[in-house]
Amino acid sequence: MSRPLYFILALVMTAGLTYLIRLLPLLFVRRRIKNEFLKSFLYYVPYVVLSVMAFPAILLSTEHIAAGIAAALVCVFLAYMRRGLITCMIGSVTAALICELIYLLI
Amino acid sequence: MWENNSSRMGFRDGLPIGIGYTAIAFTVGFFSVTSGLNWLEAFLISALNLTSAGQIAAIPIIAVGGSLLELALTQIVINSRYALMSISLSQRLGENVRLRDRFLIAFFNTDEIFAVVCGKNSILGRKYLFSIVVFPYLGWSLGTLLGALLGGVLPSLLTGALAVAIYAMFIAIITPAAREHLATTLCVALSIAAAFAFAYVPALKNVPDGIVIVVVTVVLSTVFALIAPISEHDPWEEEEEA
Repeated sequence: MSRPLYFILALVMTAGLTYLIRLLPLLFVRRRIKNEFLKSFLYYVPYVVLSVMAFPAILLSTEHIAAGIAAALVCVFLAYMRRGLITCMIGSVTAALICELIYLLI
Repeated sequence: MWENNSSRMGFRDGLPIGIGYTAIAFTVGFFSVTSGLNWLEAFLISALNLTSAGQIAAIPIIAVGGSLLELALTQIVINSRYALMSISLSQRLGENVRLRDRFLIAFFNTDEIFAVVCGKNSILGRKYLFSIVVFPYLGWSLGTLLGALLGGVLPSLLTGALAVAIYAMFIAIITPAAREHLATTLCVALSIAAAFAFAYVPALKNVPDGIVIVVVTVVLSTVFALIAPISEHDPWEEEEEA
């Protein structure tokens, strides 16, 4: 398969699946889900997905692992203190930046 | 409940999401290019998918020409949370939201837009919904384009620091829920432990990332749905009931 063809297939598939997952319930579900297992399963899904994607990736995304660790710690602390999404982002980017600057200086 | 159908409020609520998205999308654009995609591919993926977690999982697979089946499974599992959000959203739509409007609204149902509109404690009118999505969409697609084009110009020290932003967003979504609910805390802890195991244990570390996400998510969500079912209330509706 040629590269452009592969990309178009992959693009249509990811965009199409993401859209259908968002669309179908909006079109067809008019009542609340009553099934306890399904409701519980769907409740846990985002937390598992986001945890698996955040770790260990955040620790490895910076030049030095210490900067990634600092970013993760600052973010968990800020989020635990109920700061908003943007505050958490700015806080962890700043922490990573300060760490990298320290490495640059020593 | 009152009906919120003000486009001015929509633009106002959408602006901070749009600013946050621009910063995160910049790192997604740069991530796409370093993974091996070109700027146009990076832009198209963001403009048509509009989802952080799904794209971050998809980009490395697409960049290396990975299996389409693995790609499809990854998207279905990672994005299945949107099904629940759309179900929840469907309960809040005002009467002026027509069937054809739902086709458009569905496209823009991201975690953050969903969290903001459903935290509003109001019935949602079409003008409000159509205006809140404008800044986030522009921020996400144009931020990706900028990151893909300019990410390489920035020093690696800065891009490395910026790269943590997207994971910080994930942590910022997980932490408050893990703080409130013991089973969620345990679920998050086990998910992180599993992620480390798949990253470092020799027998496991060759499993493709997409498959890891699918397997860990299906297994842990099933286990926790069985041992700690959510029955007291619908967690997505907390704001409404409060």
